[in-house]
Amino acid sequence: MSWGLRNVRLARGGVVALAGVTVPADPGRITVIVGGDGAGKTSCLRVLAGLTEPDAGAVGRPARDRIGYVPATVGLYADLTIAENLEFTARAYRIPRAERPRKASELLELTGLASARARLGGQLSGGMQRKLSVAMALLHGPELLIIDEPTTGVDPVSRVELWRLITRAADGGTAVVVSTTYVNEAARAACVVLLEAGAVVRSGRPDDILHGIPGVFGTALSVGRPAPLSWRRGAAWRVWAPSGRLPDGVSPAEPDFNDAVVAASLAGEREGRA
Amino acid sequence: MLAMIVKEFRELRRDRRTVAMLVVLPVMLLVVFGYAANFSVHDIPTAVVGPGAAQAAATVAEPAFHVTEVDPAGDEAGAEALLRDGKAVVAVVTGAAPAVLLDGTQLFSTQTALAALSRQSPSARPPVRILYNPDLTTSWVMVPGLAGLILVFIGTLITSLGVVRERQSGTLEQLAVMPLRAWDVIAGKIVPYLILAAVDLVLIVAIGMGVFHVPFVGNVAVFALGAALFLLVTLGMGVLVSTVSQNQGQAIQLAFMLVLPQVLLSGLIFPVSAMAAGVRWISYVLPLTYFIEVSRGVMLKDTPIGALWEPIALLAVLAVAVLGLAVTRFRADLAPAGRARRPARPAVAQ
Repeated sequence: MSWGLRNVRLARGGVVALAGVTVPADPGRITVIVGGDGAGKTSCLRVLAGLTEPDAGAVGRPARDRIGYVPATVGLYADLTIAENLEFTARAYRIPRAERPRKASELLELTGLASARARLGGQLSGGMQRKLSVAMALLHGPELLIIDEPTTGVDPVSRVELWRLITRAADGGTAVVVSTTYVNEAARAACVVLLEAGAVVRSGRPDDILHGIPGVFGTALSVGRPAPLSWRRGAAWRVWAPSGRLPDGVSPAEPDFNDAVVAASLAGEREGRA
Repeated sequence: MLAMIVKEFRELRRDRRTVAMLVVLPVMLLVVFGYAANFSVHDIPTAVVGPGAAQAAATVAEPAFHVTEVDPAGDEAGAEALLRDGKAVVAVVTGAAPAVLLDGTQLFSTQTALAALSRQSPSARPPVRILYNPDLTTSWVMVPGLAGLILVFIGTLITSLGVVRERQSGTLEQLAVMPLRAWDVIAGKIVPYLILAAVDLVLIVAIGMGVFHVPFVGNVAVFALGAALFLLVTLGMGVLVSTVSQNQGQAIQLAFMLVLPQVLLSGLIFPVSAMAAGVRWISYVLPLTYFIEVSRGVMLKDTPIGALWEPIALLAVLAVAVLGLAVTRFRADLAPAGRARRPARPAVAQ
């Protein structure tokens, strides 16, 4: 059984938050929703989790006790210890009393939080809070795991550890849907959904998205912008030429997934203006 | 400095609640102090009982005494019962052993009555007895009301903060996704505060009795019933405030605007009977007004439940209404419309 959104529409206060968005959520696979601020990532996840009713479209999800959800605001109790946060979650999901210590210990070891189990949630670092919130969402072995921007504001080491947790959940058969603003994280997904202003610009496997961008890519070291469809990367400019012809002074370059995502966004903007 | 001033005005312009407090509060305080702040009672409910009561009632010349009951067959015991049950503040007993009984729990009415009686010549004035609070001790009258005020504070303000904190930290979203019924969450939030408030109430009454020697002569069960219903109202108000507040600052402002009228218009400080009619109606929609009636009646006068059925019933009605509204609004926070009605959705076709 698979879940997700199909052609979902959502408008609030006259603003279109989602315009016919489809996001698959398949067991054992990670779907990553990528987009900038206001693209509709959180709206997608809230509809999938059942927190917001869409105006149109279909939503598939398992029963509430089979969903794990981590909001962008972390969602843990600052005045409870790590152990108490997990215990509350275990009670809320009616995990049998005999199984609670084992499950909690497993997750605390996996997240590296075992030595801090007596520390209050409000005293944890950002990375530790994120790991705890993911642990709380995994405690009951959900069939669908939904995480909103798990690595925003988190140090690089914690970011790697969080993705290890997420990947482990998918390897265990959980359908995982994650939103992120970090394009490089989307590259590890089985399916990427690129959102721009509430609409899907591209969707599919990272390789398919990469090879599905028409034209050629190049790089330039000029001081000023070398072409209208260009963006900074480090000290150089990356250039996209949908026509297949690079401007003078621009050298051909092999595109990566970052380039594909930026180009897809630019293409989406152009289609919107047209 | 000018940049700061401009910034503050811009923020204020968008903070409607603070502006409402800045504008509404002074107006409300002025109206209250103008019309409600009145320690002089001009209309004291008076009963005249005993032989020749009708004639005696006709001769009551003092305008402060408003004769509401005339009972020629009544006696002193009956007169005491009228005061105990709150049906009169002054009872004139005629017959062989004439007397004027005053309800000492109605401080300002009794003081006004005493002043009026002192204008009569001593020979024409029957003996005066002040019941329930013979020394007209202010703390005896204030402590039962303060107990209610503290419960309003805990029930409304503290409860609203507890729920808003969940919203701000994102845990409310978590709760909405968890397999918890809305009622589980609401009851789980309210019960600890109910227990704490009950403990507080016992402490306040104990301190009132121990330190201020306030008597407790009535039925504990009746007091507990009134207190429980009152707590449900105030806790419901707290949950209601939390459903319309996005952060703790907003919750405090709104809770304050709900608590302040109760302090000023419930009869805690200014007697309700002395308020102008245009303002007095507000007292009748405030839960603290009814709790004060119950707490003073039970603690100071041993008023039976039969005489307190009206304030208790009104508290019950308010509890159902406020808690019901709070639950309905809170349920909307925890479950989007339609989710509860719809069965599990089929999977998305690939």
